[in-house]
Amino acid sequence: MSDHDHNDEGGKDTGISRRRVLECMTWAGTGVLWTISGGVPRSLGLVDSAVAAQPAGLSFLQISDSHVGFDKPANPNAIGTLEEAIGRIKAMPIKPSFMIHTGDITHLSKAAEFDQAERIISQAKLDVHYVPGEHDFLDEEVKLYRERYGRGAKGAGWYSFDANGVHLIGLVNVVDLKAGGLGNLGAEQLEWLEADLRGRSRSTPIVVFAHIPLWTVYPAWGWGTEDGARALEYVKGFGSVTVLNGHIHQVMQKVEGNVTFHTARSTAFPQPAPGTAPSPGPMKVADDKLRALLGVASINFKPGDQRLAIIDTPLQG
Amino acid sequence: MIPLTQRVGGKLAIAVAICLFFGGAHAYAGESEITIDNFTFSPPELTVKVGSTVTWKNHDDIPHTVVSAGKFRSKTMDTDGSFSFTFTAAGSYTYFCSLHPHMTGMIKVE
Repeated sequence: MSDHDHNDEGGKDTGISRRRVLECMTWAGTGVLWTISGGVPRSLGLVDSAVAAQPAGLSFLQISDSHVGFDKPANPNAIGTLEEAIGRIKAMPIKPSFMIHTGDITHLSKAAEFDQAERIISQAKLDVHYVPGEHDFLDEEVKLYRERYGRGAKGAGWYSFDANGVHLIGLVNVVDLKAGGLGNLGAEQLEWLEADLRGRSRSTPIVVFAHIPLWTVYPAWGWGTEDGARALEYVKGFGSVTVLNGHIHQVMQKVEGNVTFHTARSTAFPQPAPGTAPSPGPMKVADDKLRALLGVASINFKPGDQRLAIIDTPLQG
Repeated sequence: MIPLTQRVGGKLAIAVAICLFFGGAHAYAGESEITIDNFTFSPPELTVKVGSTVTWKNHDDIPHTVVSAGKFRSKTMDTDGSFSFTFTAAGSYTYFCSLHPHMTGMIKVE
């Protein structure tokens, strides 16, 4: 995949074509390791050999869109598949440093759903850094997420922290959404982000994570962030930037200069590729295909040479 | 497979029949329903008379809301959930889903 223009401004089509969208995606197939070097992703081989050659650096996991409480035909047992994902994490030969969860922990923000999610995810015995999805702010008083995960965070729940020389930033782009618009960070959060990055060495690897993609994936389905470009302005001067998102329940990747964008699979249900269905709603697939479309991602840094590898592992297949 | 044009034609015929049934009226007091299917409000624009009650019903497997800034705000409607609002003042009410803001609609009350 080349680092080409994804806006398709020179094309004859007025809208983004399906072919173009597909060109903009990297479907990380089973067991393929993507290594990012000099802005160009290269497939190195199968997971097993990649894991064996794993460097001793920072390694963390991303899970996303667990939608605890979802029980519709696309996956009547979203709790079961979350348990399977956590089971796989527990069985990993190399224990990751921590885990991030990029939102939609629950389906309807019910206390019982949050409790259930905590009960299952805590079994991984890893620190978990959360950002909320729009499904986590549905309770009447909008307090359950913040009570559980928002301590020490700013605003609606944004924060940053450091690990092994990597600076990680959790952003919230699911509140104060405007009619007709996309995800939204808001002025207050953007100011905080600018201040958070000010004075930081440009060689610090940056990881930004948020629920809705910070890049424009498919606006017709709301897959993008209205003011995401402003956040990206603040990070683009850094030598290594990785943007990790969820929300779209499928793996997509794009590279722009030093910035790698990547979205993780859900542990609950798949969603269709952009424009391939009437809506982005849950996609029903044959029972024996479901687990190939659910999964987790692991992100590995080898400090010093600015290389980052993202491995998407499906629950099955 | 029925050709797309033919199916659209069929829908059009039904729509015309409904219009004829209601005497071609643009607005009618009483009850109206807006369905949510595939992340879309249907009909996206609706004209009703003052005093009418509009009910939104969610047929998707994903929850939705309807919010009209300063006018009304539903609770989260899960699958098959609904929300009703009675319009007591004339005007144009634009609304959207606060979870999926690309979903927008309009009620014209006259």
